[in-house]
Amino acid sequence: SSNNNNTARFDAARRVAIFGGTHGNEMSGVTLVNLWMQNSAEIQRKGLEIKPFITNPKAVEKCVRYVDTDLNRAFTQENLSATGGDELPYEVQRAQEINRMFGPKGSAEAYDVIFDLHNTTSNMGCTLILESSKDAFNLQMMNYIKKAFAPASCLVLLNEHPLLKYSTSRSVAKHPVGMEVGPQPQGVLRSNIFEAMRVILKHALDFISLFNEGMEFPPCTVEVFRVLERMDYPRDANGNIIAMVHPNLQDCDWEPLNPGDPMFQTFDGKTIHYQGSSTVYPTFINEAAYYEKQQAFVTTRRETLAASAIRKA
Amino acid sequence: MERTSVPPIHNVAICGGTHGNELTGVYIVREMQKQKMEKAGSVSVTTVETNPRAVAAGRRYTEMDLNRCFTDVLLSSPITESTLYEVRRAQELNAQLGPKGSAEAVDLLIDLHNTTSNMGLCLIFYSIDWITLHIYKYIENNLSSVPVRAIQLDIPSSKAYSLESVGKHGFAIEVGPQPNGVLRADIFNVVKEALDLTLQWLQKFSSGHSFEGGTVEAYTFVKSVDYPRDSAGKATAVIHQNLQDNDFKLLRSGDPIFQTFSGDILKYEGEDLYPFFVNECAYYEKKIAFHLAQRKTYSFPPISVKND
Repeated sequence: SSNNNNTARFDAARRVAIFGGTHGNEMSGVTLVNLWMQNSAEIQRKGLEIKPFITNPKAVEKCVRYVDTDLNRAFTQENLSATGGDELPYEVQRAQEINRMFGPKGSAEAYDVIFDLHNTTSNMGCTLILESSKDAFNLQMMNYIKKAFAPASCLVLLNEHPLLKYSTSRSVAKHPVGMEVGPQPQGVLRSNIFEAMRVILKHALDFISLFNEGMEFPPCTVEVFRVLERMDYPRDANGNIIAMVHPNLQDCDWEPLNPGDPMFQTFDGKTIHYQGSSTVYPTFINEAAYYEKQQAFVTTRRETLAASAIRKA
Repeated sequence: MERTSVPPIHNVAICGGTHGNELTGVYIVREMQKQKMEKAGSVSVTTVETNPRAVAAGRRYTEMDLNRCFTDVLLSSPITESTLYEVRRAQELNAQLGPKGSAEAVDLLIDLHNTTSNMGLCLIFYSIDWITLHIYKYIENNLSSVPVRAIQLDIPSSKAYSLESVGKHGFAIEVGPQPNGVLRADIFNVVKEALDLTLQWLQKFSSGHSFEGGTVEAYTFVKSVDYPRDSAGKATAVIHQNLQDNDFKLLRSGDPIFQTFSGDILKYEGEDLYPFFVNECAYYEKKIAFHLAQRKTYSFPPISVKND
């Protein structure tokens, strides 16, 4: 198998970062990163530089998602090259600083892998977020994590949508990996969520370690949920929501939503049904932070991606 | 107990948004205003969004927790340029719905809240008041989708700090679990049902109906427990999974309550008590991991309205 000329070669992943507090009120990542900054024994691996880092300290201090603007949308080329220094919104300044420290985005000097730790109020369980269907290294890592975590579930969300994809903190790395665990209220630390995130990160670091030691990972397939469409709440002429996620849809992340199924409930008790033409798999259902982003949930479709074998170059 | 005659309830105020990120009350009040819910039989209904600035900001409060501003001291403190927004707002609400302790105060004030704790539906009140206990019993008998409980805070009226103390009678309806900034339809529906039952009861009461007496098991606040902290004041543990989501499940000495970040289990020591507000988000800054309560049984008499 080591002579398989379809094996993709990647440089050893020597520089890895773990981001917490990209949203200051998503407590698992904040807590884990603070712990590891004090005592990194748990995350150390031979031959690997692992840097835990709080990306948005002001937001963490105030226990808010962001101070001026969402840091996890801020890593656009426009923002990264903006001039203005202190006049820029806080998170744009932070994005530039993070790009200097862990990037520059798109360059050979960028960190190999960044794990960005997030929580959601949605009932998503453990979710890995993938930004490119062509990243064989990430696909192999996610395959490894899913298998190691089984029988507990760890699903993969792929956001490659040309319009809905956004410029994340982790996108400065060559291999960006989002880790989203829910449900957990903003500002709350739940032990089950905290432990789950700790475990999936451990598996991720084990994978990198094994890869760096020269292990070849054979070709594999990975089931993913590909983002299709953002669904907003029904709103009135003033932009106020006029309905809530229906009780039948609430908490049903990753379960099929069929045409005709209940989707929203108005305040006076009427049901609004899903009018799509085919079955979709909704996720990020009723995420607190997305009311202002006009999103009640996002639809996905199930796909199986193939990843070539990979091996250290 | 002997049949008791109780003065009529002419008006009720239903309040939401006292904490701006507890969304059920905000949207219930807005919907009632949209439907022009102004009367329930002979009882007049007022709806108030109490902290609009906090609601607009999606925050619990802007400068100070509004629901701690209704003590006699704060309600009578002089207003200056530097007076915090919520202290000012509390005085406005006291003028509109009170004054607290006077004959002009609204007969019944109901304040709608959410919690991140797994508490089901709770009525929270200061005094053992026949109207409140009868309404509680009526809701408990008729609402089956969630557990319904009563919580009593044994604090004299002058020191009572929350909005419902402004009414002649008052209670908070606290429902969870719901994250801050999230509106769940199931929780909305439950609160709406509880309010419909309350208004039903008030109409029956006003029309002369006689209600049987009975007993209520209420949880009375005893003390609160903070997280273990390091020398810098940072919490060093998380609520143990055995306690998480187990509000109102009796806690005994030896039961795990915290798990430190390094994996040690910390156990409860003390008398058997009932935990509630377990892992309520807003209480981290108040240094509260959970509250503990005793459970007591109160009897209440049969009542009917006293004719004016």
